[in-house]
Amino acid sequence: MNFETTIGLEVHIELKTNSKIYSPSAAQFGDEPNSNTNVIDWGYPGTLPVVNKQVVADGITAALALHAKIERHPHFDRKNYFYPDNPKGYQVTQNDTPTARDGWIEVDTKNGKKKIGIEEMHIEEDAGKNTHEQKYSYVDLNRQGTPLIEIVSKPDMSTPQQAYDYLEGLRQRIQFTGISDVKMEEGSMRVDVNVSIRPIGSKKLGQKVELKNLNSFNYVKKALEYEEQRQQQVLMAGGEINSETRRFDETNGKTELMRVKEGKDDYRYFPEPDLPTLSISDEWIDELKDSMPEMPAKRRDRYVNQLGVTDYDAMVITQTKEMSDFYDKMVELGADPKLAANYLQDNVNAYLNDNQTNLEDTKITPEAMATMIKMIMDDTISSKMAKKVFKAVTKGKDPKQFVEEKGLVQLSDPKKLQPIIDGVLNDNQQSVDDYHNGKDRAVGYLVGQIMKQTHGQANPQVVNKLLKGSLDK
Amino acid sequence: MNYLNKDLNSLHQMLVNKEISAVDLVKGTLSNIKDTDQEIEAFNNLNDRALEDAKAVDARGIDANNILDGIPLALKDNIVTKELPTTASSNMLKNFTSIYDATVAKKLSDLGSINVGKTNMDEFAMGSSTENSAFKTTHNPWDYSKVPGGSSGGSAAAVASGEVPVALGSDTGGSIRQPASFTGIVGMKPTYGRVSRWGLIAMASSFDQIGPLTKNVFDNALVLNAISGHDDHDSTSSEKEVPDFTEHIQDGVKGMKIGIPKEYVNKLAPDVSEAIQNAAETFKKLGAQVDWVSMPNSKYGVTAYNALQTAEASSNLERFDGIRYGYRASDAKTLDELYIKSRSEGFGDEVKRRIMLGTLSLSYDNVDKYYKQAAKIRTLIINDFKKVFADHDLILSPTSRVTAFTIGVEDQDPIEMYMNDILTIPANMAGVPAMSQIAGFSNSLPIGMQLMGKPFDESTIYKAGYAFEQNTDFHKQTPKMGGK
Amino acid sequence: MADKITEEQTQHIAGLAKLELKQAELPEFTQQLNDLLKMLDTLEKVDTTGVEPTYTVTDQINVTRKDIAEDWGERDALLKNAPDTSDGLIKVPAIIDESEDE
Ligand SMILES: [Mg+2]
Ligand SMILES: [Zn+2]
Repeated sequence: MNFETTIGLEVHIELKTNSKIYSPSAAQFGDEPNSNTNVIDWGYPGTLPVVNKQVVADGITAALALHAKIERHPHFDRKNYFYPDNPKGYQVTQNDTPTARDGWIEVDTKNGKKKIGIEEMHIEEDAGKNTHEQKYSYVDLNRQGTPLIEIVSKPDMSTPQQAYDYLEGLRQRIQFTGISDVKMEEGSMRVDVNVSIRPIGSKKLGQKVELKNLNSFNYVKKALEYEEQRQQQVLMAGGEINSETRRFDETNGKTELMRVKEGKDDYRYFPEPDLPTLSISDEWIDELKDSMPEMPAKRRDRYVNQLGVTDYDAMVITQTKEMSDFYDKMVELGADPKLAANYLQDNVNAYLNDNQTNLEDTKITPEAMATMIKMIMDDTISSKMAKKVFKAVTKGKDPKQFVEEKGLVQLSDPKKLQPIIDGVLNDNQQSVDDYHNGKDRAVGYLVGQIMKQTHGQANPQVVNKLLKGSLDK
Repeated sequence: MNYLNKDLNSLHQMLVNKEISAVDLVKGTLSNIKDTDQEIEAFNNLNDRALEDAKAVDARGIDANNILDGIPLALKDNIVTKELPTTASSNMLKNFTSIYDATVAKKLSDLGSINVGKTNMDEFAMGSSTENSAFKTTHNPWDYSKVPGGSSGGSAAAVASGEVPVALGSDTGGSIRQPASFTGIVGMKPTYGRVSRWGLIAMASSFDQIGPLTKNVFDNALVLNAISGHDDHDSTSSEKEVPDFTEHIQDGVKGMKIGIPKEYVNKLAPDVSEAIQNAAETFKKLGAQVDWVSMPNSKYGVTAYNALQTAEASSNLERFDGIRYGYRASDAKTLDELYIKSRSEGFGDEVKRRIMLGTLSLSYDNVDKYYKQAAKIRTLIINDFKKVFADHDLILSPTSRVTAFTIGVEDQDPIEMYMNDILTIPANMAGVPAMSQIAGFSNSLPIGMQLMGKPFDESTIYKAGYAFEQNTDFHKQTPKMGGK
Repeated sequence: MADKITEEQTQHIAGLAKLELKQAELPEFTQQLNDLLKMLDTLEKVDTTGVEPTYTVTDQINVTRKDIAEDWGERDALLKNAPDTSDGLIKVPAIIDESEDE
C-alpha cells in the first residue's frame, strides 16, 4: 500500500522587544534567575496585565509578511492550565480573534516555488523555564511573559523536505522583518509538528501525531522521516495510530512516546477580562507597511534584474537580512554590484565560515568593504593586494589607511612609470636587442625588472602597455 | 475614639484646629477597636505601624485642604498592602504579605490617611454573610446574632459600629451594598472602571469594583473623590475625568426622574416594601418624579451572573497553587500532589464549589450553553438599563429583599444564598454605579435602599442620596451595640 | 437540559481545577453542583438570537503601554515570599510530565 503524508507546523517565535508583553520587566536572557521579574510575572494577587504596544505592532508586521488578513478588533483570551512555569494558572493568548488569519508564504523547493498556507497567527506570552533534577524541579520566571507570535500553518506540506523548506522560508521572512532573531539554537524559534499519513486516495486524514523537542530544521526533517516510516509500519502491520505526543531523540534519530492524549485537552478558553479589546486602524497598518523592510524574494529580483548579479549570488546574499542590508549599503556607497557580490560571496562568507560567526558580530563594515572595492575598481590596488587589505578589514582597519601605511598603492600613472621603464631599458640593452631579434621571452624579464624597481607596486597591465610602446618605437 | 457621631468634616476640623492630633486619633481608634471588636470581630489584622504613620503626619502638620489627612480607615482584606498581611480571609493566604500596595491603598496613604487594619470578609469575596471566612464570623452591630452581610461584612461592621469612619470594600455582585444595607450605612459600588483594581485580589474581574463604606453620603462622596481615576496599571480603569462628587451634592432632586423596576419589588419582606414606598414618597415630596419601569431581563441576572462570575473566579484563583506564595501543603511528594493538596487544604468549601461550577461552565462541552449564553444575557440586561436610563436619571429599589439574617441559618443552601444578591447583581452585570443607604428599620434592623445611576454618573446618585438623608433621620440612629 | 452529572464527573471537574474531594464530600458536592446546574440550565430558555455576548463593561479600548523596560527591584522580596527556593529559583517537587504548553 502507498501512503501520503500530511504535515502541519506550529511555530513559536520570540519577539525582540525591550520589555515583556504584559509587564514592563526586561525581555532579556542570560541574567540571574528571576532577576527580570516583578509581581506581574509572578502572578501576584491583584496584579493586572498591560499590553506592550510594540508587540501588537510586531504582530501586524508579521501578519503583513505572511500576506495574512489582519483582525481589526482582536481581544485576548485566557488558556487555563496548571504548570509551575505558568504563574497565573492561565496563559494570556488569542483564541477566537487571532491577530491574523489566512496567510501564505512562497517557498523555494527542489521542484520550484510552492505556496504554503498560514492558518492563523496570534500573539501571546511565553512561559518561564523549568529545570529538572531527580527529586526537584526549579522554576525561573525570567522568560515568563516574553512576547511570542505563534504561526500555525495549514496542513499543506506532504514531505519532510517541504517542511524543511517552509521553515527556512518562514525563518527568512520573519528575520527580514526585524521583529525576531529567529534562531532555533537560542530558542527564539520553536517548532511543533503535526503529522499524519493516509493511504493514497483516502479522503479522510489519518490520525495525527504531535512531535516535540525539535531543536533544528534538520531534526524536524529527520523526525518526520522517521515518523513517516514508523506510522507506515504500524498501519501495514494492521495497527492503529494513537493520538499522542512524541519526542525526537537526537542521539538515535527516533521519536519516542511522551504522552498519549486522552480525549480533548480542556483549556477552558474565555476572553481575558483584564484587557480591553484592541482596535487596529488603517493608518497604523499603513505606517507599519511603509516601514516594513523589503522581503528577500523582492531583493533577489532587484539584485538579479537591476544589479546584474547571478541568481546564485542573489540567493546567498539574501540568506540573512544583515547580509543583504550589508550588500545594499556597499552598493549605495559606490561599490560595483558584481564585485561587491563576489567579495561577499567568497571572502566574507569564507571568513564567517572559518570563524563560525555572524556578520553582525564581526568588525567588517560595509563602508570598509566599499572603500576596498572602489580601490580595486580604480586600480589603486590589485586583486592580489586586496587579499591583504581584506584581512585588515576583518580586523577593523580602515583600508585606505592600511594601504597607505603598508605602501600597497598600485603604481598606474604612466608619467611615473615611463622614467622607470626608460631606466630599465637603458640598463638592459641586451634584452632590448633580444626582443628585437624576436625573443619574446625578453619582455618577461624586463617586466620583472620593472616590478622589482617598484617593489611590486607597478600596475602590470599599464607596465605591459608602456613597455611594448617603448620597445616598438 | 468612636466615630458613630463624627463625620469626616468635623474630624478634619478638629485635626486642623489641633483639638486632636493624628496620633490621638489613631490611639483612640485602636483602643476602641480593641474593645468593640471583641464582639464585632470585624478585623483580621490591625496595623502595628499605624501609630508611626500618624506620628509622621503630625510631624509634618495636617494639610487644611486635604480632608483625609490623618484620618484612620480600614481596608477589606482583599486589598493588598505592604504594611500588613492580606489574607482574603483564606487559609490559602493566612500568612501572606504582599510586596506592593494596591492603587487605592497608595492613593489613600499618599493623602495622609492611616490604614489601621484589614477587615474580615467571605473567603475570596465569595458569599453574602461574612460567615465564609476561614478565620472568624463578624457580627452585625445592630444585633450580634445577625450577619453583617457580605462579602465586605467586616468593613461594613467596622463602620457601623464606629470603629472607623471609613472603610473600603469590594463589590462583585453586591458585596458593598448588601452589607451596607444590613448594617445601616452607606456603601457605593462605583461604575466599573471608575476605581483602579490594581491590588484588589480578583474574584470576577469583569465585575469587581472597589468602593467606600461610610456613615453618611457626603463622606462617601469625599472618599470616592480620593480613590477614583485612571490607573496605568489597570487597563480597564476609565480615562474619563473624575468630577468632584460633592460639588453638586446639595442641589436636590427637583425635576429628577426616578424609576422603580416593578420586577424588583417581588417577594420583598413587608417592612422592606414599605420602606421603599416611603422612600419614593420622600423623593416625590422633594420634587422628583417617581414611576414604575420595567427591567424584564433582571430575572435572569442571578443565574447568568453565576455562570460568568464563577467562570472568571475559577480562572482567577488558579494562581493560588502553592508554588510562588501563600499556602503550600507540607507533605506533597509529587507536583500534582502539591497542587491538589495545597488547593484542597487552602480553600474553603464555598470557594471550591464556585471554582467547580466555573470550571464546569467553561469546560469544552458547556462553554456555549452556559458561559457564552450568560454573556448574551448580560447584553440583554445592559439593554434594559439603557432603555430605562434613556428617560430616567436614577433607578430606585431595595438593596436586599430582606434585612440581616441570623448567623448560621443560610449556611447550607448555596442557591438560596446566591439569590440574596438578586437586586444588586444587575448593576454589576451592566457596570453601572449603585449605592445603598439606610431607608428604614424592621425589628430594629436597618433596611437599605439602592440607587442606581447611569455609567459614570455617581454624582446624581450622591445628590439624591444626600437629599434623602437630609430629609430623613434613619442614618442618625446608631446601633445600641448588640441590640436588644 | 443537561443530564445530571455523576460523582465521577464531579471528580473529573475537580481534577481540572486541581482540587481533591474526599469520598465523603463527593455526594454532597455532586448534589450541589447538580442543583446549580439545574439553575444554569434555565439560561437555555432565554431567547438570545442575534444578541452579541458582553464579556466586559469597561469603556476603554486599545489600551497599550510603551515598550520601555523597567526594573521594579522586587526579586529578593518575591523570592523571600516563596515557600521554597534554591539559588534564586523556585523549588518544586520534580516535574515528571515534561510536556510544556505554549
Ligand atoms: Mg498552540
Ligand atoms: Zn502558543
